[in-house]
Amino acid sequence: MIDILIQAIFWLFVVLTVGSAIVVVFSKRIIYSAFALLFTLIGVAGLYVFLAADFLAASQMLIYVGGILTLIIFGVFLTAKIYGMTIPDQAHQRYLALLPVAGFAAVLIHVLFSADWNLLQSTAEPTTENLGKLLLTTYLVPFEVASVLLLAALIGAMRISRPREEDDDR
Amino acid sequence: MIDNFQVYLAVGVILFCLGLLCVMTRKSAISVLMGVELILNSAALNFVVFSKYTAGNLLGQGAAIFIIILAAAEAAVALAIFLNLYRTISTAEVNRADQLRG
Repeated sequence: MIDILIQAIFWLFVVLTVGSAIVVVFSKRIIYSAFALLFTLIGVAGLYVFLAADFLAASQMLIYVGGILTLIIFGVFLTAKIYGMTIPDQAHQRYLALLPVAGFAAVLIHVLFSADWNLLQSTAEPTTENLGKLLLTTYLVPFEVASVLLLAALIGAMRISRPREEDDDR
Repeated sequence: MIDNFQVYLAVGVILFCLGLLCVMTRKSAISVLMGVELILNSAALNFVVFSKYTAGNLLGQGAAIFIIILAAAEAAVALAIFLNLYRTISTAEVNRADQLRG
């Protein structure tokens, strides 16, 4: 009984992720796309929970849903003249683009369902402690480089988004 | 019998292809950025799936953490560029940004 319930919740997250991703791509208004992206990101966080990646699910919620999505919605409002929340966004040559992308997806899905995967039987256990050890041993150099990169992105984003100095003088 | 493993991978494939479609067809730069986020999410999901089902260690989850870090940095810089673009040419459509000096 509990297995069926877990499986049902799993499929709910799968449908949520894929369905709202379709809305992101095909919606006519950017703001609808942005809010559909919210549900896609929540769905991926739910899939992380099913993959026993609890720390990643929490970071996905904090960084993507709390940070990146807020930035995107700010971007939508700051880069459009707002007339009653309907910011249109046309797509061009959608059906021409759909053809190769659908073919690519069909090939990949065929391969992953027909391949002979050598799977492990793994158990779910908390990952946060081991991930922390991993970040300070195996991944120590990428970890430090990432902190420098974040600092550079912070300073660069501030520098780019400020008005130019000759504009200030006028 | 379909294993959950293949469902995760199929979700990754679908997210990647939808993100690709978004990047290729959308006009607004913000929508293109959303497509990039979809692609990065699918890549991170694939790392976590393979780390659980075929590797049995946490290295893939570490890689997914770095993907999330890079996505955050990329979103901040990209939106700063879009704001500047909007200030320069009064639109954020990628096909209108065709001048090297605005």
